[in-house]
Amino acid sequence: MLVVRDLVVNYGAIRALHGISLRVDQGRIVTLVGSNGAGKSTTLRAISGIVRAASGSIVYDGKPIGRMPPHEIVRLGIVQAPEGRGIFANMTVEENLLLGATVRDDAAGVREDWDRALALFPRLAERLSQNAGTLSGGEQQMLAIGRALIAKPRLLLLDEPSLGLAPQVCQTIFRIIREINERGTTILLVEQNANAALRIADYAYVLEVGDIALEGDAKKLAADDNVRKAYLGVH
Amino acid sequence: MSTLRSRSVEMTPAALPTLVRSVWPLLVGVGVALALQFFAKPVIGDFYAKVLLDIGTSIILAVSLTMVNGFTGQFSIGHAAFMMVGGYVSGGIVYYGSLLAWGSADMAGGALSSMIDGREAPFLTWGDALFAGSLVAGGLVAAVCGYVVGLPSLRLKGDYLAIVTLGFGEIVRVLIQSQTSDVLYTVEEVKETAWYLMPTKVGGALGFSGLPFYSSLFWVFLGVAVTLLVAYRLKDSATGRAFLSIREDEIASEAMGVNTTQFKVRAFVIAAFFAGVAGGLFAHSIGVQLNPGELGFLKSFDIIIMVVLGGLGSISGAAIAAAIVTILPELLRNPEPLLKMWPVLAGLAAVLLVAAVVCAMTGRRARSLVAWMCIVLTLLGLGFGARAAAAAGHNLGDYRMILFALALILMMILRPQGLFGVREVWDRSLWKGIADSFRAPPKKGGTNK
Repeated sequence: MLVVRDLVVNYGAIRALHGISLRVDQGRIVTLVGSNGAGKSTTLRAISGIVRAASGSIVYDGKPIGRMPPHEIVRLGIVQAPEGRGIFANMTVEENLLLGATVRDDAAGVREDWDRALALFPRLAERLSQNAGTLSGGEQQMLAIGRALIAKPRLLLLDEPSLGLAPQVCQTIFRIIREINERGTTILLVEQNANAALRIADYAYVLEVGDIALEGDAKKLAADDNVRKAYLGVH
Repeated sequence: MSTLRSRSVEMTPAALPTLVRSVWPLLVGVGVALALQFFAKPVIGDFYAKVLLDIGTSIILAVSLTMVNGFTGQFSIGHAAFMMVGGYVSGGIVYYGSLLAWGSADMAGGALSSMIDGREAPFLTWGDALFAGSLVAGGLVAAVCGYVVGLPSLRLKGDYLAIVTLGFGEIVRVLIQSQTSDVLYTVEEVKETAWYLMPTKVGGALGFSGLPFYSSLFWVFLGVAVTLLVAYRLKDSATGRAFLSIREDEIASEAMGVNTTQFKVRAFVIAAFFAGVAGGLFAHSIGVQLNPGELGFLKSFDIIIMVVLGGLGSISGAAIAAAIVTILPELLRNPEPLLKMWPVLAGLAAVLLVAAVVCAMTGRRARSLVAWMCIVLTLLGLGFGARAAAAAGHNLGDYRMILFALALILMMILRPQGLFGVREVWDRSLWKGIADSFRAPPKKGGTNK
C-alpha cells in the first residue's frame, strides 16, 4: 500500500533521515519505534507532505506522492493525527471534528463516519459544544483520532498517541487503535512506548538517529532478547 | 447522542427562513445606518457626527484586519496601504468622474451622503451611485493588490507576511508621494491628458485635494454593517473554521487537508477588500485631505493596536477597541464631556469598590470587580489629567501614542489575550468573573484560581 524508499529529509543543515526504507501493507498495523530524535515524526511528516523529502521516493498505491502538497495527500486517504494531538484548542469539539471533513464532499458519508467516530469515542459526543482546550489529555487524543477518522483514512498515521497519558488511558487508546484497524483501516503507528506498540502491531521498524536499525515481525521483535535490552528497557 | 444528521437537520432549515435569516441582519444594518444619518446626526451635532464617522471607518479597518491577524493568526502590518490604494482609486474615480460627468468635482450627492444639515437635496442622486461604485472599485483594486502581495508571502510559514506587508506599505506611500504632477482642475485638462497618465494626477506629497465629502453616517455604517455581517458569517462557515484552524495549529490544519496557503490568501484578500472600502470612505470624509503621509506605517499600527487591544480573533472586541482608540484622542483633547459625568463615574467606582470588598470578605472572587474599578478610575484620571494639561496649555491627545504604548504594555502583563480574547462580547464565559462574584463562595479545598 505504502512503499517508502531511501527517504532523506533535511532540516536546514541537519540530516534528520539518512535514507530509510519501509513498507506498509494493506490491513496491517505497522509501527515505527525508537527514542527521541530518531526521526519517527519526521518520517510521518514526510509521508503527509508536511515536510519535503530531499531525496528518495514515497509511493502510495503505485502513485508517487513525494511531491504532493498535504491537502492532496489527505484527499488520497492518508490522514495523520499529529504529534502532541494538534487539536484546535480555542474551537469547540464539534468544530474540530468538522475540520476532519475538510477534504470530503460526500455529506452522507461524512454523517456515517461522524456517527461511527462518536460511537467509538462516546466521551466526545457528550462534549461537542465544549472548547477542545478544556478536554483532558486522553480526551484530546481521542479527539485527534476521531477527527482523523472523519477524514475517512485508508491509511491512518498516528504520531505518539500515548504521549503524556496515564497508563490506563493509554490502554484504552491502544485498544481503540486495534479496533479501528480491525474495521479495515491500515495504520502506521509511531511510538516511544515500544512495549505497547509492539503488542498491537503486526510489523515493526526500529529507528535509530535517522536510520532503520532493525525490522521484523512485531511479536518476534518483542520477544528478541537483544531488542528487549536495547529498546524496551528490560534488563 | 447528538448525531451529525440531527445537527445538520437542525442547521438546515427551509429555504424561506434561511433567506429571511440571512437578509434581516443586513436590513437591520441599513436601518441603523439610516437612523444614524437622519435621526442621530441632527441630535448629536456636527462634531460628534464626525467622531462617529471616524469610529465607523475604524471599525471597518479593525474588523477587516481581524480576519487576517485574528482569524488566521498571520501578522499583517501594512493594512493602511490597502486603505491608501482603495482611497486613491475611489477618490480618483469620484473626482475625475464628477469632473467629466458634471463639469465640476463638487459634491453632487443627495441627502444620504450629506454630513451638513438642512441641505436641500433629493434623497439619492447619480453622485451617490458614482461614490458607491467607486468604493467597490477601490475595494476590488485593494483586493487584487492583496492577492499579489499575499500569494508569495503566505506560501511560507512564519512572519514573512509582516515583513512583506511592511515593505508594501512603504512602496505604496513612496510611489504616491513621489508624484510631482498636481491634481487637474478643469475638464479641458483632463481631456488633454492621456488616460494612462491619470493615476499620476493625484497630488503627490501634497495630497489629493478637492475630493467631495460624500462619506456620511449612512454610507460608513452601511459599510460597518456589511463588514460585521461578512466577518460573522465567515467565522461560522467552513471557510472560517479553516481560517481558525490555521491560527490554532498550522501543522494539524495541514494534516487535516486544509490548503493553508489558499485559505491564508483568501482571508488576506477579503481583508484587503474591506480596507480598500474603508480607504474610500476615509478619502471622502469631511475634514480629511487624502495624503500619503497620513496613511503610512503609523496608521497601520493604529489598526493593529485596535485589534490587539480588542483581543486577536474577537470581532466585537476589535469593533469596541476601534471605537475606544478613535474616541480617546478626542476625549484627551477635550475631556469636558467625560468630566461632566464624573459623579456617575466616581459613584460607579465606589459601588464597585464596596462590592469588591464585600466579595473579598465573604470569600468570593473579587478580581474582575477590582479590574473594572481600575478601568473606571483610569478613565476619570485621564479626564482630570487632560483637563490639567489643557489648563497648562498642552493637549494630552498629542501624547496618545505614549498612552497606547503604556496601555499595550499593561495589557500584555495583565491580560495578554486582549480585552475579549478570542471570544465575543456576548459569550457568557467572558463574564464569568463577575458572575462568580455574586455566586456562593467556592468550597474550601476546591481548586482556587
